Amino acid sequence: MNPSNYAETAAPAAAQRLAGLLARRLGEKIIEALLFLAALSSVGITVGIVGILLYESAEFFRHVSVVDFLTDTQWTVLFTDPHYGIMPLVTGTVVTSAVALLVALPLGTVIAIYLSEYATNKVREIIKPALELLSAVPTVVFGYFALLFVTPLLQRLLPNLPGFNMLSAGIVIGIMIVPYVSSLSEDAMKAVPVQIREGSYAMGATRLQTALRVLVPSAFSGIASAYVLGFSRAVGETMVVAIAAGQQPNLTLNPMEGAATITAYIVQVSLGDLPHGSVAYQSIFAAGLTLMLMTLVFNIAGYLLRKKFREIY
Amino acid sequence: MAPAGTERGAGASRRKFYDRAFAIFGLLATFVGLITLSALILDLALDGADRLSAQFLSSFPSRFPEQAGILSAWVGTTLVMLVTASTAVPMGVAAGVYLEEYAPKNWLTALIEINIANLAGVPSIVYGLMALGLFVYQLRLGQSVLTAGLTLALLILPIVIVATRESVRAVPGSIHEAAYALGATKWQMVKDHVLPYSTGGILTGVIIALSRAIGETAPLITIGALTFIAFLPGSPVKAEFPFISFDWLMSPFTVMPIQMFNWVSRPQEEFHLNAAAAGLVLMLMTLVMNGLAIYLRYRFRKRIRW
Repeated sequence: MNPSNYAETAAPAAAQRLAGLLARRLGEKIIEALLFLAALSSVGITVGIVGILLYESAEFFRHVSVVDFLTDTQWTVLFTDPHYGIMPLVTGTVVTSAVALLVALPLGTVIAIYLSEYATNKVREIIKPALELLSAVPTVVFGYFALLFVTPLLQRLLPNLPGFNMLSAGIVIGIMIVPYVSSLSEDAMKAVPVQIREGSYAMGATRLQTALRVLVPSAFSGIASAYVLGFSRAVGETMVVAIAAGQQPNLTLNPMEGAATITAYIVQVSLGDLPHGSVAYQSIFAAGLTLMLMTLVFNIAGYLLRKKFREIY
Repeated sequence: MAPAGTERGAGASRRKFYDRAFAIFGLLATFVGLITLSALILDLALDGADRLSAQFLSSFPSRFPEQAGILSAWVGTTLVMLVTASTAVPMGVAAGVYLEEYAPKNWLTALIEINIANLAGVPSIVYGLMALGLFVYQLRLGQSVLTAGLTLALLILPIVIVATRESVRAVPGSIHEAAYALGATKWQMVKDHVLPYSTGGILTGVIIALSRAIGETAPLITIGALTFIAFLPGSPVKAEFPFISFDWLMSPFTVMPIQMFNWVSRPQEEFHLNAAAAGLVLMLMTLVMNGLAIYLRYRFRKRIRW
């Protein structure tokens, strides 16, 4: 091969290689941009949720004054004489969530202490996935269970209990959210450094004393997040209350009565044929906005609590 | 000294007693959860097993409880899950890979991360409201399989992202460096090394996420899914060119949990039996999917030795 011939073939090859390199660079950039868009889409979901809730609620509050919304004691949107007081729905939501948390928080915390401090590895390997199955059961199945198993059972103890009541719905929701509370609390306790645990044992403390006086306070910020998540789940739970608590708005704090929650109301209205743009249609968005604000308040409270008790090792 | 000694001894034995008592108490507490789970499954099985038959799986809902079935419900669930999986998996995996492998440390990344953590706490019915306002009325997708699939996809997106991040993070740095040393670009490294190694973990997360989507009822009721559907969406396969049809995407639909909700909210006891049978099928789907996820997690954990 003579030199001139070599130069003639080398130049196009180099150009080709350069073009290939540029194409590859460009391809890399395009892929990175696509991946970034996918990640950004999660922010889009939040923007969509907040935007739609605010937009439709604004329409709602053009027909209904905020004062009525907050002070009226009746919620009868679908009646000929409509009242728009959110209070009965809020009390229903608060009562069912309170019952649920009374069940879930103690049970979840005890289970977390047991799994993290007492159970052998083998026992934990079996119990943890089994408990997690509890949170995988479809909520509509829990609703069936609350209405047709737990309520009849409770009626044997409390003969005056009506067929639809918040007590049974709350208890079932409570058991349903136990895995959320126990699993997150256990992770928090497991994350406490081993020296702290050993220090307590060296002082002659038992496992129980170590758990209650050393681990729970040290892991408090993690346990608080578990409780806040439990609360969010309880407040947002829909099918169990829609099935087992009745769907009548009822301004009461007595868990032995039936009542509608915010979520149950949304379901009830959505089941009917709602004309787009009517006040009833907009009312479910106002109810949804109230629900979001309730969870937001608790999340902020949880955040402040965590910040206050945060332990840094 | 002797009395003080016995007093201390008594204190110690009391503390030991409490300690042991708590061990039993803790075990009992876990049993509350496990017994509830078994009671629930037994209750469904006792009520619903008699109604479960080939006829039940191949019939449309009906006014007569003994003739009613879940054909339109399980077909609807399958189609909706198809849309959900084909939307949530690519988006979730892409987002997870971006956050682990590409994302620079800046405020935008921090915002995305905080946002994903917060989305996990948003009640599912709120996703339904968003879908009603956005997909059904703004984008005019109607109360269709497509709307339902997209709604559930958004709902499970955070779960898929978190699962992807965890399994991508578990791939050791040496693998990355080895790929770079051989001249691979970033995407080649991700595509040929990181993704294949983390497939097991991602798959586990996807199955768990889909099993959650199958059971979701509230957001689909909110977008206006009908409870009484006595027909099937158009077939995705056609005899004439181009052989594939997407008409089913825009079809009205019902799904398993909505069908069950419809039956359980009726006063007649016979319909409650149908609800139990539908619940049994639903539970079976959930248990099989979760069992598969647990098995996969166990298998991949055992097989991979870095």
